[in-house]
Amino acid sequence: MNTTLVSLVSMGSMAAILAFGLAVASKKFAVETDPRVEEIEAVLPQVNCGACGFAGCSAFAEGVATGKAPVNGCPVGGVSVAKMVASIMGVESEGPKRRVAQVLCKGGHAEAKQRGGYDGPKDCRIAHATQGGSKACSYGCLGYGSCVAACEFDAMYMDENGLPVVIEENCTACGKCVDACPRDIIMLVDEQQGVHIRCRSLLTGRFVRQVCSVGCIACQRCVKVCPTDAIYMEDNLARIDYDKCINCRECVAVCPTNTIDWQEGKAQLEKVAVG
Amino acid sequence: MSLFTILISALLVNNFVLVRFLGICPFMGVSKEVDSAIGMGLATTFVMVVTAAATWLIQWFILEPLGLPFLQNMAFILVIAAMVQLVELFLHKTSPALYRAMGIFLPLITTNCAILGFAIMGVQNSYSFIETVIFGLGAGLGFTLALVLMAGIREDLRFADIPKPLRGVGIAFILAGLLSLAFGGFAGLV
Repeated sequence: MNTTLVSLVSMGSMAAILAFGLAVASKKFAVETDPRVEEIEAVLPQVNCGACGFAGCSAFAEGVATGKAPVNGCPVGGVSVAKMVASIMGVESEGPKRRVAQVLCKGGHAEAKQRGGYDGPKDCRIAHATQGGSKACSYGCLGYGSCVAACEFDAMYMDENGLPVVIEENCTACGKCVDACPRDIIMLVDEQQGVHIRCRSLLTGRFVRQVCSVGCIACQRCVKVCPTDAIYMEDNLARIDYDKCINCRECVAVCPTNTIDWQEGKAQLEKVAVG
Repeated sequence: MSLFTILISALLVNNFVLVRFLGICPFMGVSKEVDSAIGMGLATTFVMVVTAAATWLIQWFILEPLGLPFLQNMAFILVIAAMVQLVELFLHKTSPALYRAMGIFLPLITTNCAILGFAIMGVQNSYSFIETVIFGLGAGLGFTLALVLMAGIREDLRFADIPKPLRGVGIAFILAGLLSLAFGGFAGLV
C-alpha cells in the first residue's frame, strides 16, 4: 500500500513538474502561424514548380496569406485553385489569365534548309553552343527537343516535321520549356491570342529566303494591314503587341510566306466575339 | 574508466546504431539527405544529453531512495517524451525548414530505443553524473555519425546504377550491414 502511494505521488509530481515546464516552453516558443497558410497549402497542386515566382507551394501560400502574392497567382492550379484560394482569403477571383506556350518557329525539316555537318549530341543547348545544329537558319528551332524533355506535364511532343508541338490542355505555363530553349523560340502567351508571328529571324528578307521558306522576310504587309497597329517592325522582324491584337486575322491573309499563323480554338474565338 | 574512454566507447566501439542495433528506425528514415541527417542527429544528441542528466537525478535521488527502481522505464520515458516535446517546440520556432524536413521522425525520437537504451545502460554501469552526461554525448554523436555516414552514401547512391530489385530500402539495408561490419573493426579498441 505504501509503495503504491509513494509511486503514485512521485510519478505524479514528476509529471506535473515536466508538464509545467512544457507549458512555459510552449508559451515562450509559440509560433504565430496564420491558419490560412495551411489551408491554402492544402488546396495547391504541390508540384513545387516555382512558376508563381515563389520557392514552392508553401512559400506561395505564405505569400498569399501575407498579401505578397495574388490569390490567382498559381498558374498550374488554374481557375479552380484560384477560386478555392480566394474563398479561403475571403475575396472574389476570376482565376488567372491562362497562358500557354507558343512555339515561334515554323521551319521544320520540310521548310528550313539543311546545312549538314552537325553530328554532335542531340541536345539543343549543346548544338546551339557548338556548331549551331544542322539547319542553315541560326535563329530557328534546332529540333532536338530539349523543350519537350524539360516539360513535366506531358504538354509537348516533337512532330514528324521536327518541330515541338504544344498540347494546350496540358500546358500549365510553368516556363520550363522557355528556359530550356537556347534560341528563345518559345513564349508564354495568353491563351486567347490566336495570331502568332512564328519567326524569330533578324536577317533581311533576301537571307531569310535563302535558308527558310516560312521565315519573316520583313515585307511589312502585315504592319500596313493591321487595323489596330498591333504589328510593328523591329530588326527586320514583324512583331506583335498581343495587348492590341483583336484576332481579326487580316495579317494572316496577307502574309506571303505564311509566317503568321491563326490558331483556331474556343478561347481565341471568345476573344473575337468580345472584341 | 576515464571520461575519454567512455566517450570513445559510446561513439565508436559500442556505436548505438551500428554495433548495438538500437534506433534503426530513424537511421533508415532520415538518412536520405545529409542536411536533415545532421539535424536529426543533433536533435537526438541534445535529447540524449539532457535525458542523461535528468535520468541520473531521477534514478539516484528519487527512485533509489524511495525504493522504486521498478518504475525506471516509466520515469525515463516520461522524461524523454518531455524533452522531445521541448526540442520540437524549439525547432518549430527557430528552424521551420528543418522541422518540416524531419517530419514525423521528430516526435518519434520519443520512441527511439537508443535513447531509452542508453539511459538504462548508464544506470546499469553505475556511472557518476558527469560520466552519464559524457556517455549520453558519446551515444548522441555516435548516432549522428552513423546517420551522416549513411546519408552521405545514400546521396551518392542516387546516381548509381542499382539492380532493380535492390532499389530503395533494399540497397539501404545492405549498406547498413556493410557499415555495421566496418564498425565491428573498432572492437577491442577500448
